[in-house]
Amino acid sequence: MTAIDTPARRGPGPAARLAARAGSGAVRVGLLLTAVFWLVPTVGLLISSLRGPADISTTGWWRVFTDPAQLTLHNYADLMGNSTITHALLNSVLITVPATVLVIVIGAMAGYAFAWLEFPGRDWLFLLLIALLVVPIQVALIPVTKLYATFGIFGSLVGVILFHTAFGLPFAIFLLRNFFAEIPRELLEAGRLDGAGELRLFARVVVPLGGPAIASLAIFQFLWVWNDMLVALIFANSGSAPLTVALQQQTRQFGDNIDVLSSGAFLSMVIPLAVFFAFQRQFVSGITAGAVK
Amino acid sequence: MATVTFDKATRRYPGAERAAVDKLEIEIADGEFLVLVGPSGCGKSTSLRMLAGLEDVNDGAIRIGDRDVTHLPPKDRDIAMVFQNYALYPHMTVADNMGFALKIAGVNKAEIRTRVEEAAKILDLTEYLGRKPKALSGGQRQRVAMGRAIVREPQVFLMDEPLSNLDAKLRVQTRTQIAGLQRRLGTTTVYVTHDQVEAMTMGDRVAVLKDGLLQQVDSPRNMYDRPANLFVAGFIGSPAMNLVEVPITDGGVTFGNSIVPVSREALTAAAEGGDRTVTVGVRPEHFDIAGCEAASLAKDEPAGVAVTVNVVEELGADGYVYGTAEIGGTPTDIVVRVGGRHVPMKGEVLHVVPRAGEIHVFSTSTGERLSD
Ligand SMILES: Nc1ncnc2c1ncn2[C@@H]1O[C@H](COP(=O)(O)OP(=O)(O)O)[C@@H](O)[C@H]1O
Ligand SMILES: [Mg+2]
Repeated sequence: MTAIDTPARRGPGPAARLAARAGSGAVRVGLLLTAVFWLVPTVGLLISSLRGPADISTTGWWRVFTDPAQLTLHNYADLMGNSTITHALLNSVLITVPATVLVIVIGAMAGYAFAWLEFPGRDWLFLLLIALLVVPIQVALIPVTKLYATFGIFGSLVGVILFHTAFGLPFAIFLLRNFFAEIPRELLEAGRLDGAGELRLFARVVVPLGGPAIASLAIFQFLWVWNDMLVALIFANSGSAPLTVALQQQTRQFGDNIDVLSSGAFLSMVIPLAVFFAFQRQFVSGITAGAVK
Repeated sequence: MATVTFDKATRRYPGAERAAVDKLEIEIADGEFLVLVGPSGCGKSTSLRMLAGLEDVNDGAIRIGDRDVTHLPPKDRDIAMVFQNYALYPHMTVADNMGFALKIAGVNKAEIRTRVEEAAKILDLTEYLGRKPKALSGGQRQRVAMGRAIVREPQVFLMDEPLSNLDAKLRVQTRTQIAGLQRRLGTTTVYVTHDQVEAMTMGDRVAVLKDGLLQQVDSPRNMYDRPANLFVAGFIGSPAMNLVEVPITDGGVTFGNSIVPVSREALTAAAEGGDRTVTVGVRPEHFDIAGCEAASLAKDEPAGVAVTVNVVEELGADGYVYGTAEIGGTPTDIVVRVGGRHVPMKGEVLHVVPRAGEIHVFSTSTGERLSD
């Protein structure tokens, strides 16, 4: 545990040496340049979304530096006025939030069960789950389409949510089970002796300790579902299509809708970022420091 | 407050040939401080965990008071445990750690606070109540673990080597504190340690385990004065008791150039077992340095055995002589306590005889105690 508190004391491994050098000037400048380089497309998109359609189609976005008067919020006004886009944005939220929450809740409970509860066939079931990890999404498209048709949820939000949840779960359970299995056994035993039943133990000890893993999983699942187009194209209809699909349909009339496209693309990018920063505080490592020893 | 009874309690781990704990039978009185001691792997933790409900009991029963708890889940047993690694909830403050059980039990907030603050005062933790465990020293964490147990006011305390992660000085200090606290609270306590000094200094009674089998349960005094078998004799006491195999003669045993008297019953018992020798145990403080006046079997030679001094450990008040003696033709290590003012030099030869009435006689074949 002390190793987690003070990784620097482990002696100068290559990573530690690099980290120490990060303080020095040359490395810092290098890192800064890389970061700036990485950000160029994003900045470009942001600036484009703030220029008029005519400007976008005639000159490059860097022109704003010489002519800042181009900047306008007009595109965003258009975007908000475009009911297809606002409806799709709402759909994106209505799909992504439940598909993330369901995966986290079910995944965490199942992960706890696989890690700490004893029931017959547990290990076989877990192996089966790992096998599911390698099933490509494409092989399920046709059978699930038929299944949804029978249940009458083809084209609905529910269908899309269920599909994302089902395909997110194997990895979620796998990740969380392995994370929960690392919790010191005595911590759970202490909880049981303190009078906690399994549910309370799960909610009050396991989940708080699983914070970092759950936060990472939430971000990945959110990003995956938010950016998905394949599943949405197949299982959603025009009423339930999310932002990705709606934006793609705008490109068919390229030129006419370039204003909506740039601002819409930026919006669809910025929302996962906001989620990331919201969960970022959870990424504190060494959260179990001080539990044992 | 309650009694605790292990009634032939047995634990066999799946796949293991031998039971980890084999028909354990101990009756622990209300308010008693019982120490389970034994070498690593002898089944101490398993016994404790069986009592806690963390380990299945395959045979026999465990009772707390009149209640058969053999198959009750841990949360229904009303016991608190201090783990070797403390097992504090890392995401909770010290106060929340200590109050967790009460919160689950539905005790109201004000009452929880009072009880936590009270326990914190006893354990000198008041100023740390708002901290997380990772911001505490080892000794403070240990006290939080104790605090978590005492705020609950359970029927029984269980402690599994709670001092083994502390440094030597703190360990001795905390040892006294825990023993004192237990006497004050009067809560029945089962305490596990591999350290016989801890066992002897803390326990009302001590139970010695070896390979899952109970060897002896007794007060520290009796454990020291009348060990039930060779294992207990060698395990309890530091430095350990000298154990030497010697031939039986008429009315006693031959110890070098002396005959040491042994009770007739003991000798008869040994002879009935078909043995021609017995194993004699002598504590280091029970050797006398033989002068020439003592009766010796050999002419011109002092009585007892000649011990060649290898190392002398001087402790100030007294000293321990670690030497080698030829006994029955085989070199044997012997430890002798000597007065602090008369310490022999390395290489010197001491002649020692066991003090009459202070020797322990064990059967060589079974290891059982023969003398009373
Ligand atoms: N979970 C387990 N599964 C199988 N064997 C175990 C388990 N826990 C302990 N044992 C075995 O049971 C015996 C007693 O262990 P333990 O009670 O932990 O000993 P102690 O606490 O006295 O050092 C040992 O031989 C150990 O290897
Ligand atoms: Mg142990």
